[in-house]
Amino acid sequence: MTSRLEEMAAAGGSPAGAAAIGPLPVEVHDLTVAYGTQPVLWDVDLTLPEGHLIAVVGPNGAGKSTLLKAIVGLVRPITGWVKVYGEPYERRRSWVGYTPQRESVDWDFPTSALDVVTMGLYGRVGWFRRPSRRHREMALACLEKLGIRDLAGRQISQLSGGQQQRVFLARALAQEARLYLMDEPFAGVDATTEKAVLSLLQDLRREGKTVVAVHHDLQTVAEYFDHVVLLNLRLVAAGPVATTFTPENIHRAYGGRPTGLSQAAEALLSRRPPGGGP
Amino acid sequence: MSSTVVILLVGSFVAASCALVGSFLVLRRLALLGDAISHAVLPGIVVAFLLTGSRAPLPMVLGAGCLGVFTVFLVEVLNRSRRLQEDASIGVVFPALFSVGVILVSSLAAQVDLDTDCVLYGDIAYAPSDVLDVGGVPIGPKALWTTGAALVVDALLVLLLYKELKVVSFDPALASSIGFSPVLVHYLLMAAVSLTVVASFESVGSILVVGMLVVPPATAYLLTERLGVMLLLAVAIGVGSSAAGYAFARWYECSIGGAMAAAAGLAFVASALASPRHGLLARYLKHRRLGARLAGHLVLLHLSGRAAEGERRGLGPRDLEARFRWGRVRTARVLGRLEAQGLIEPAAAGLRITPAGERAVEQAGTAALADRR
Repeated sequence: MTSRLEEMAAAGGSPAGAAAIGPLPVEVHDLTVAYGTQPVLWDVDLTLPEGHLIAVVGPNGAGKSTLLKAIVGLVRPITGWVKVYGEPYERRRSWVGYTPQRESVDWDFPTSALDVVTMGLYGRVGWFRRPSRRHREMALACLEKLGIRDLAGRQISQLSGGQQQRVFLARALAQEARLYLMDEPFAGVDATTEKAVLSLLQDLRREGKTVVAVHHDLQTVAEYFDHVVLLNLRLVAAGPVATTFTPENIHRAYGGRPTGLSQAAEALLSRRPPGGGP
Repeated sequence: MSSTVVILLVGSFVAASCALVGSFLVLRRLALLGDAISHAVLPGIVVAFLLTGSRAPLPMVLGAGCLGVFTVFLVEVLNRSRRLQEDASIGVVFPALFSVGVILVSSLAAQVDLDTDCVLYGDIAYAPSDVLDVGGVPIGPKALWTTGAALVVDALLVLLLYKELKVVSFDPALASSIGFSPVLVHYLLMAAVSLTVVASFESVGSILVVGMLVVPPATAYLLTERLGVMLLLAVAIGVGSSAAGYAFARWYECSIGGAMAAAAGLAFVASALASPRHGLLARYLKHRRLGARLAGHLVLLHLSGRAAEGERRGLGPRDLEARFRWGRVRTARVLGRLEAQGLIEPAAAGLRITPAGERAVEQAGTAALADRR
């Protein structure tokens, strides 16, 4: 598959390319996942290179979230396997920071922003032990990085949607991972948060980390990310944005679905200078 | 030990252990599961009784514990089949298991000194008289031992696994991804719930147990925004309710368990009314304050509009009353407040807006815009 070769090449050419010699952050082989009898991912083969910001795009129900869940073992595949840095996920937990969708939790839960961020450190704290003062300080530093340190003691239901998203990302940051998997970090946030999230992603890339984010806004894919995975039940294409995020591939991913099509068309228009039709 | 002390201790042990595990049930929206478990364990108790031929606490608790975990397992299976919602799954499973228990008890009633009444409607009043023997030596009321043991187990569980229970309850996906198996923690919690329910309801009755599992935690949930505080408050409310209920029952000469559950219910009603943030009273007051502010703002806007049109004459309360249809009392109150704030003043034939009032209108306008952005 050419896309796979391209990725290898991209990994080799990236600043953090040294890792291309070692195992890749994510290898997915023959992955099929179904909920009940309904397949959500069908025979997906995919490798993701180190040191990139990687967008996972596709229409609703294309299996984007499921792909992330399969990587961290939250759903059990029918066939196929996933490796993270060359090992099963269970042996690489501490290398990975997973951030589920903001709507997946109950924000009325009686807890503070700082508490939620501290949860990112629980894996390191281990079973039975309590987080220490040092852990709290680390969590505070992560809130600081997202510009919401002053909200540390706030009950989480009293945060705006954007602030909640930043709390979630501060928690991911606290995990000090090499590979970050984020489910829709840009969904339903205000402009300030969008900027904060973007600059966080860029900082992570500068540090050589890998970020895989489910993304809905096709128009910002090329601006925010440098690598893209197009998904629609099957893998449509994966590779550098410049060569993979093409009109043909977008059409193949969104084709046949009216709403997806119009969104795809918009994205295409925004990528082309006026007058330069296809 | 006097029977008053025994009853108070047993009531407190039950209330505290139920509050600890019940808090997590409430937070995970599984409150009904406690109810389900308390009924579904009946066949386990019967089978344990048939196997051992005695009503010793340990085999009963084990038998019930197995059935409790089995109940949770069945509910999960049905739920995961995606054919039934969680509440329907619970509703299917526990009557099925309970009916098996009822059939077993009724068909074996001749040989068995056990009836559904004693299991489901146990009475705390008898707790002091049912003394536990070990090798023929009485070692105190049985209920004291069983409920005390359940409290120790629950307290240990919450102390040791506080952080695990918290993360699994709040964000199971994260918990799983960092290696804290939500399934394992869930079953540990449910085993503790089964144990608590069984240890408690033989001495105090199942209605009281279910009440104590849900009501004090739900009350505490309304009063605080910290999990740790919620647990402590739930325990305090539970223990307080059982003490208050006992005092009432002694005075009114009624069922002790019933009075305890009723006291917990009253505590809930009080906090639902008066809780500082979620309470109905707080909400009503907030709503009224907002309404008053909006009413004042409407008057200011109206007067400001007239001033802008060059209308020099002020507007009397009568006109405003007709304009807004608020009635005399409310109009007077709104105008009085505005005047006290210096936003309107008496003029030739009524009221007019002051410069401070104009500024307030302007600010409110930009604030409304900022909200929308």
